[in-house]
Amino acid sequence: MQEKTLSEHAKSLRSGEYSSLELTQHYLDRIEAHQSLNAFISVTAENALAQAKRADEALQNNAENLNRLTGIPLAQKDIFCTQGVLTSCGSKMLENFISPYDATIVERLNQSGMVMLGKTNMDEFAMGSSNETSYYGPVRNPWNTETVPGGSSGGSASAVAARLAPVATASDTGGSIRQPAAFCGLTGIKPSYGRVSRYGMIAFASSLDQAGVLSRSIEDGAMVLQAMSGFDDRDSTSLQAQVPDYTSELSQSIKGKTIGLPKEFFGDGVAADTADKIQQAIRQLESMGAKTIEVELPNSALGIPCYYVLAPAEASSNLSRFDGVRFGHRAKEYVDLNDMYEQSRAEGFGDEVQRRIMIGAYVLSSGYYDAYYIKAQRLRRMIAEDFSKAFEKCDLIAGPTTPSTAFVLGENNDDPIAMYLNDIFTNSVNLAGLPGLSVPAGFDQKGLPVGLHLIGKYLDESTILNVAHQYQMETDWHLQIPGGFA
Amino acid sequence: MATTTWEVVIGLEVHVQLQTKSKIFAGASTAYGAEPNTQACDVSIALPGVLPVMNKEAARLAVKFGLSIGALVNQRSIFARKNYFYPDLPKGYQISQFELPIVGKGELEIETDKGTKVIGITRAHLEEDAGKSVHEGFNHSTGIDLNRAGTPLLEIVSEPDMRSASEAVTYLRKLHTLVRYLDISDGNMQEGSFRCDANVSVRPKGQEEFGTRAEIKNINSFRFVEKAINYEVDRQIDLIEDGSEVVQETRLYDSEKDETRSMRSKEEAHDYRYFPDPDLPAMVLEDSFIESVRRSLPELPEKRKDRFIQEFSLSPTDADKLITEKETANYFEAVCEKTMAEPKIAANWVLGELTAALNQENLSIIDCPMESSKLASLLDRIADNTISGKIAKEAFSLLWSGTDSVDKIIEDKGLKQITDTGEIEKIVDTILQTNSAQVDQYKGGNPKVFGFFVGQVMKQTGGKANPKQVNEILRNKLD
Amino acid sequence: MSITPDDINHIARLARLKTDDEKSEFYATQLTRIMDLVEQMNQVDTDGIEPMSHPQDAALRLREDVVTRVNQREEYQAIAPDAERGFYLVPKVIE
Repeated sequence: MQEKTLSEHAKSLRSGEYSSLELTQHYLDRIEAHQSLNAFISVTAENALAQAKRADEALQNNAENLNRLTGIPLAQKDIFCTQGVLTSCGSKMLENFISPYDATIVERLNQSGMVMLGKTNMDEFAMGSSNETSYYGPVRNPWNTETVPGGSSGGSASAVAARLAPVATASDTGGSIRQPAAFCGLTGIKPSYGRVSRYGMIAFASSLDQAGVLSRSIEDGAMVLQAMSGFDDRDSTSLQAQVPDYTSELSQSIKGKTIGLPKEFFGDGVAADTADKIQQAIRQLESMGAKTIEVELPNSALGIPCYYVLAPAEASSNLSRFDGVRFGHRAKEYVDLNDMYEQSRAEGFGDEVQRRIMIGAYVLSSGYYDAYYIKAQRLRRMIAEDFSKAFEKCDLIAGPTTPSTAFVLGENNDDPIAMYLNDIFTNSVNLAGLPGLSVPAGFDQKGLPVGLHLIGKYLDESTILNVAHQYQMETDWHLQIPGGFA
Repeated sequence: MATTTWEVVIGLEVHVQLQTKSKIFAGASTAYGAEPNTQACDVSIALPGVLPVMNKEAARLAVKFGLSIGALVNQRSIFARKNYFYPDLPKGYQISQFELPIVGKGELEIETDKGTKVIGITRAHLEEDAGKSVHEGFNHSTGIDLNRAGTPLLEIVSEPDMRSASEAVTYLRKLHTLVRYLDISDGNMQEGSFRCDANVSVRPKGQEEFGTRAEIKNINSFRFVEKAINYEVDRQIDLIEDGSEVVQETRLYDSEKDETRSMRSKEEAHDYRYFPDPDLPAMVLEDSFIESVRRSLPELPEKRKDRFIQEFSLSPTDADKLITEKETANYFEAVCEKTMAEPKIAANWVLGELTAALNQENLSIIDCPMESSKLASLLDRIADNTISGKIAKEAFSLLWSGTDSVDKIIEDKGLKQITDTGEIEKIVDTILQTNSAQVDQYKGGNPKVFGFFVGQVMKQTGGKANPKQVNEILRNKLD
Repeated sequence: MSITPDDINHIARLARLKTDDEKSEFYATQLTRIMDLVEQMNQVDTDGIEPMSHPQDAALRLREDVVTRVNQREEYQAIAPDAERGFYLVPKVIE
């Protein structure tokens, strides 16, 4: 049952092969059986069964007018506010935060009839690339439980890879959808900045954050992305542009599409076996009629320093609201107001979060603002313009999602910089606000999944979805099941 | 040692609450006086995940101000975050404008004893108000009410162009009149809709360089502005003359003790770490938007004053008094429109009896119980000689407190002027007969006695005899 | 760029994070390394480039001035660490 695509589930739910209640219970059982992955922070079984029941009733009465997603379960990343349900964002700070409201995307997915199984584990406040910064413990990668699932959407990735949920929401500030997708052999889509509302998604770095989907295939992901996307008047950065019909454009031929290959993405930094798989994938795309061309992204390597100024700067300010006054953790003992702030925040935030708050406060502080913050913003424009220039010559850009495959738990714990380099290919895409995705492109010598990274022009998710879907029609990497999770 | 003459340098930062229905970045009500936190919506309390969405009306009101002082209106302006922790600031940052404010340089003219003076306005920017802290009634705690958090403010920053507390007050009053004319704020100082911080420093006269300034916060009346600045000026001069130095700091004015004192608690670690708010793209105002605001500008105080002088032949002083409050000027114009009396007379009544009656009952002109038409009809009765000006004052107090019309009051109380020459002559004759001694004095060359006869006639008629006629008849009989 | 424990104390104070000697040492070492990475930005000349704060060039959307939010104090204060008579409570602030 858990191997079916979302379209197949939709068909089965309508033909009566199984009910949403049965399907939901099936996934709840699997979650229960695989708790050791630590993919979920909360499992909302009761709510899920009630939602499933309502979906079943609706399907019986009025199936033809319902969204295709009605009755299909999903997992929500714990960064999205869900009314009446713990929304912890992976932090002790929000250990007791029962959200009084729903995020826009939660509202929309509920309206589409999807059934929420629970909230997935994540790096604290989405700051991390391994899911090891979560207050709720690390998540394990189903492909090898000694390795990390990536982050920050590690719980969502692990859950979908282990078939604990057919699909999951995720968010991506510097690679947090695409890197876990690569590490867990999944499809991860980060749409253009502004495509999906940020209202109710707990902010990390506001100008970089974007919600998206982790799924097993492009087709599944596109269906859910469609339901999440579109204008929201509660978010000033939400786009008023029409959302294309993503699924209807998947079947087009990719013949004549030009794929740009930035030479900076194929350098020494990439593990040999990962590079091999990416080359194979590109040859595959060429065999399907795509043209390839070399392009240049001369400043892309500086995406990392640029990102590690801007993201912490925004984060340091975004996380100021966690002060123990209106919600969240408040220290038990303190002598006065400032002590209450300092104790509550030092207790409520983990190491990585405090580190980034400090970097952010530092680069914005008097005397350093121009040298760091403004410098990084200028560099950001150069990086964005590099992409614009590259896209004059091609329809999309391809490369590896990550320099190497999933690493062993604890391996990078003492070295924040080694951890940050995981996002070297992904975070320049966030800086430029472009759509990007990762699809499975084989396995390395250790048997761990390799991800192919596709980057599109601004607002043009359709092209990369189309190319990635056609690739999945010709390959079966995305159909592989991690051992023990069949 | 020669005594130094000190020059005072003052710049004001005025926070004007803009009159919008909803908050600057959220759809919660801004109404004053609600139960605590009942208007503190998701955005006002900064729940995780919520986002600001800018109120168009707040932008419109800010532009209206900018255009009214002929300032540069920046078609592209940027919202920035000002980061600091305080319990009444729920996000841990205030959304304000830093590098590119909505209103740039402008100026305001004020009248001083030395003539007209131009006060430079550096900028006016949009920002959100903070909540309120309640320090009493919670034992060892402070209570936080976030109803006010997110109310739109326009912060109007002046150049350090004022040279005395009285200039500062004049400027502030002028600004107050202006925002009320523009209808961008109710200007209520008690409720905090119009607040002022003053940057004050002193320097030896002739020195170009500014002295170290102190910022005085929390001044909530015109009177206190003057007192707070004067106190601060004396304090600074004393300090310097005693050989110590002024420290750059924020000081709080305590109106009960009439002193300013250092706010050390807020002083530490001032580094606001401003940066452009990533939740809010640049605000770009179309030409058409600005033009439509320009077309909506009302007649401004200065223009109105000039018009009053021209059209109604008023003195500059009277015109100035009338225009200070827009509603007073409106009332005056309404009276003029409805009466045949001279505008000058109407001005005297509005500034005299009416203002006194309002002050007596502590009412503002908006709550005036007497309609302009009533005052107009009273003035008509003076103009057509039905009653004398003196009697009219009596009729005014009856009009003020009652519901009867002017004519009914005159009728009922028998206030009508005696204009019948025969009747007045009869009375005059009686008086001259009974006061022959005084008649002799007058005829013997003492003209002062004339007033005695007038007084007697008025006494006999209860003041209702037409004074002009009384004079004429007396002269005819005596001369 | 070397960041000292004193720098950390200053930043931590701005950001309202409790520190102690050990913690300041630890973060000083790490932030020094991270700032070294950040300094790589200086490899490129960015003179004359307009800073970019938003990925979109779109202008701010303005909303109509309408009251859309209702009173939800009860729900919101149900999750507050300390609230009384409708107020959020904090340790006494002395002005």
